[in-house]
Amino acid sequence: MEHIRLPKVERVQLLDRGSSRRAQVGTLYLTASHTIFVDNETEVCSEIWVLHSLVCNVEKQSVTAFGYPLLIQCKNFQVIQLIIPQENDCNDVLMSLLRLSRAKRYEELYCFSFKPNIDKAERDQAWDFIDLRAEYSRMGVPNKLWHVSPINREYRVCDTYPTDLFVPKSATLPVIVGSSKFRSRGRFPTLSYYCKETQAAICRSSQPLSGFSARCLEDEQMLEAIMKSNPGSRFMYVVDTRPKLNAMANRATGKGYESEDNYTNIKFQFIGIENIHVMRNSQQKLIEVSDLRSPSMGEFLLGLENSDWLKHIQTILTAGKFISKAVAEEGVSVLVHCSDGWDRTAQVCSVACILLDPYYRTLKGFMGTYLCDRMAFPYRYSHLDEDPKEVSPVIDQFLECVWQLMEQFPCAFEYNERFLISIHNHIHSCQYGNFVCNSEKERKDLGIREKTHSLWPHMWKNKSDFVNPLFRPDHSQTQGVLRPLTTPYCFKFWRGLYNHFDRGLHPRQSVLDCLMAVKEETQQLEELLAVCEQVGTKCGHACCKQWRQEPGVLMSATVFPNPANSPQDYTGGILSTGPKDWPVQQRETESTELSLFGDATKSSDPDNSDQESGVADFSCHSSSGGDSFPSEDSVKDADSDEAAFNTA
Amino acid sequence: MEFAELIKTPRVDGVVLHRPFLPTVEGTLCLTGHHLILSSRQDNTEELWLLHSNIDAIEKRFIGSLGTIIVKCKDLRIIQLDIPGMEECLNIASSIEALSTLDSVSLMYPFFYRPMFEVIEDGWHLFSPEEAFKDLESMTDEWRLSEVNKDFTVCPSYPSLVTVPKDIDDDTLCKAAAFRHGGRFPVLSYYHKKNGMVMMRAGQPLTGTNGRRCKEDEKLINATLRAGKRGYIIDTRTIAVAQQAKARGGGFEQEANYPQWRRIHKAIERSNILQESLIKLVEACNDQSNSMDRWLSKLEASNWQSHVKEILTTACLAAQCIDRSGASVLVHGTEGTDSTLQVTSLAQIILEPACRTIRGFQALVEREWLQAGHPFQQRCAQSAYSNGKPRSEAPVFLLFLDCVWQILRQFPCSFQFNEHFLITLFEHAYASQFGTFLGNSAAESRVKLKLSRKTVSLWSWVNRPQELERFVNPLYEPNSLVIWPSVAPQSLLLWEGVFLRWNRSTKFLDEAYEEMVHIIEYNKELQNKVNSLRRQLAQLETEDSPLQTP
Repeated sequence: MEHIRLPKVERVQLLDRGSSRRAQVGTLYLTASHTIFVDNETEVCSEIWVLHSLVCNVEKQSVTAFGYPLLIQCKNFQVIQLIIPQENDCNDVLMSLLRLSRAKRYEELYCFSFKPNIDKAERDQAWDFIDLRAEYSRMGVPNKLWHVSPINREYRVCDTYPTDLFVPKSATLPVIVGSSKFRSRGRFPTLSYYCKETQAAICRSSQPLSGFSARCLEDEQMLEAIMKSNPGSRFMYVVDTRPKLNAMANRATGKGYESEDNYTNIKFQFIGIENIHVMRNSQQKLIEVSDLRSPSMGEFLLGLENSDWLKHIQTILTAGKFISKAVAEEGVSVLVHCSDGWDRTAQVCSVACILLDPYYRTLKGFMGTYLCDRMAFPYRYSHLDEDPKEVSPVIDQFLECVWQLMEQFPCAFEYNERFLISIHNHIHSCQYGNFVCNSEKERKDLGIREKTHSLWPHMWKNKSDFVNPLFRPDHSQTQGVLRPLTTPYCFKFWRGLYNHFDRGLHPRQSVLDCLMAVKEETQQLEELLAVCEQVGTKCGHACCKQWRQEPGVLMSATVFPNPANSPQDYTGGILSTGPKDWPVQQRETESTELSLFGDATKSSDPDNSDQESGVADFSCHSSSGGDSFPSEDSVKDADSDEAAFNTA
Repeated sequence: MEFAELIKTPRVDGVVLHRPFLPTVEGTLCLTGHHLILSSRQDNTEELWLLHSNIDAIEKRFIGSLGTIIVKCKDLRIIQLDIPGMEECLNIASSIEALSTLDSVSLMYPFFYRPMFEVIEDGWHLFSPEEAFKDLESMTDEWRLSEVNKDFTVCPSYPSLVTVPKDIDDDTLCKAAAFRHGGRFPVLSYYHKKNGMVMMRAGQPLTGTNGRRCKEDEKLINATLRAGKRGYIIDTRTIAVAQQAKARGGGFEQEANYPQWRRIHKAIERSNILQESLIKLVEACNDQSNSMDRWLSKLEASNWQSHVKEILTTACLAAQCIDRSGASVLVHGTEGTDSTLQVTSLAQIILEPACRTIRGFQALVEREWLQAGHPFQQRCAQSAYSNGKPRSEAPVFLLFLDCVWQILRQFPCSFQFNEHFLITLFEHAYASQFGTFLGNSAAESRVKLKLSRKTVSLWSWVNRPQELERFVNPLYEPNSLVIWPSVAPQSLLLWEGVFLRWNRSTKFLDEAYEEMVHIIEYNKELQNKVNSLRRQLAQLETEDSPLQTP
């Protein structure tokens, strides 16, 4: 609380991102965990809650006639523009937010102060919701070729690895230790995924310390042991996910990659996924494109191209496809690494798992991949106020790969887009302890299990929101390995994530919502009819009588609440300015978001899903300019012209 | 002329056919007057029946004596025929070329096609101006049906009956027609029941460089305004293009002469630019070797999506003027037969729920495209593979369908028809066994070609229950509201169902669609069960009640 310089500011304007004219006026509150804006002018009291941990940037902008503008950008791509009447207040809010949004210690993160109403037993149970051992045994290990090695007890060999690690039974302790010494940060090859059907495995590690010519007998033996743990194959792939040039540059610093001459029976392959610095810049450009205000089609497409983002997504998915094909079709094991083996490696292995195993396309299974791939072998999240150069969008890219796959295989996933977006939110918000810290050791040291809560039971409880209605476990699309296309036109801009808060850009009717409502009703009808059958005709009839619906009524009633023909300011620039989206919708979005976090103070109001949304400024951006009314100035002219016209 | 003269080799054996998603077939190739047929003696292989009129371009290649003909279709499909024997191959190629570029409309397949189904409801008589006027009469008495164009002399591209303001006599219409491009004087396109505002369309006014004016034209369009009200003229061209048109006798309405109207210029491109855009887009979609950069930059360079955005934006603006500003609108470009119709028809989709039904959409296409004089035959003579000098081909109608698809994507429950219906219309506009899209105007099709007597209407086929089933959107729930689409680039998508149709399998997407249908049908089945139980109960109760009451 000591960081809050000013808990409350009155008469703050919240700007609507499409227009400078329509602003809500309200009160801004700063709490220990949230920034809250309460609109107290309109009849329907609307609120926006933003977690401090989601804020990635706060900026004071140059003064306007109305006051001092403050721009708040969030990690979930929400952008909030406020105007604060007094400069001092603005500075205080700015300073408070800068401090509140940048935790200096882990203990300052929201998950340590978030206290849902759950007792200790329940909390422990929640953390056991997903069991790593059970997940490995589902895969089919331990077995006669793979076992858990005790080598990393108390994190003696590698402090960024978990204690329980699967390695080939044939790899002796000295071999593992030797291999570990020859790998960057001691991250020796260990099992990530085991394919029961082909006995092929995906293993992961960091780069070898090979320099220009160094060799390590134990490391070579380690790879041989992995290869031999797959009795059917005569070689294995070693996949370096980096571009060749980067890997070669690493040789100069004593690191590098495996030489096919030294390691027997390996096929070595570069994949060419760029490093996190390139990815971060790329995502930044993408965000700028998605943030453009009424861009022309050309500006948007060129911006998308220049960001290179979809190219990176394509490369990652192609890499995942290569690995899944090797394991499932060729029956060949694969060792994957990059530099340290936590960014690209985790990303590519996770994508390969999604492609390979239908289990990971279920809700529970997805949470499993998380635990195995992310928690045990973490990414580096930037939850602390650390060097911005280490911030990396790998997790965003992984989620996007899954989304791109959903677009190609609409029936193959048990979860829906909302699930991915919700997870994205939670990764960045730190409300739950799941995504905090960089290693199991750190998590133990901090007492994450004891002091914070796990997200998964919460998601599981709300799973009806996250289920894909088109998913059926017995559908052919659900089975087996996914073989996605990777031609460029298969990759699309993920509007649902990057423009999540720009409701005006989304379809006004949702097929997802509609099908979910229909399925829910179907279930009720099934139950009703089951009761009828049980209790016999007469009583059954009575049950049915209570069923008030005529066919189709429910569908229209619940899914498309017929909104009043509301007189929103939907006018192209010709007539006056038009807001891009309007406050009621923003509030709705906001409250929906909050409910995802489990501490919603309000539930979303279905009556607000007005289809008649004002959208874009239709008069803007005629390609030739000039001849229409592209700027606000000319709009004002138009208005005055109109006034003159009326008086005339 | 006999087709036989054009068919140099009617039949070749041992021809191998390659086409997208289907296994290679070897069989006998036959050429008839209207079809290219490949049949094989193997069972279970699908035969190929391709209308010559669907062929956009062909390419020949030879390796030794094995010839290959690449056939590029107007529906964007590309098939390959391997033909043994150089002479046969050359003969087949030149025959296809001749047969697919016949100039005479009366030789087209629709004049020879005999339906294999019984025509229950003749599509030619479903949508007449009289019927449309009856609807209008029930809402307002301010309009009348004029016969001024009954012999198509006042305006050759208008139908014989047009709706005009009641107070304007035929003489005035004739004078206004002389002042408008192609004689297209302002006529009613749409009446907005909610507030009585109207949308009209016309050709450009012929003001020329010296600013000619026409009192009758001014009177005509002012007659559509309510007292004290004003209207908007939406010129689909940029001001620069409209200025240039003056030099060729065209022009735009001067504020001084039309003080009750405000002019808005938009930038919808003209036909040859649109055709070029289509060619570039399809080229980009077909190039499988593209890198991501190349794909996106080619997509951008084609400008197709920009055209979609501009057309949709203009239509939204027109709809907005009518519904939100309570103003009447007059839409025109140059001729008033292309961009004008895109705008007026899309605005109606946005404003009028009836246009979002299957029947209503057919009526819209009849009213705003066929009867309104869109020159289908000229515009659809060639598609994306045309490589000759462009004449007057342009994907004007395809762009309209693309825009409808965009709105459909944004309001997936508000349309009675599905994407498949739109794709079917696209196919039939370019090549069809039905006569609906033949000719360039009502005058030509109705009178000169006698289409309604000599050919079958597309609607006669589409409206058969068996066919209709495939076009129905399972999610449809009538939505009585105005639907405002988003025109932001993030919201506009590439119409994959048309442009990537032959490039990637849609198996998984089709399965998803079937699953959706299944979910909804199963729900309806259960509802019916429950409702029938309810009715039984009600019946039991009425039977029981006399016994219970003493």
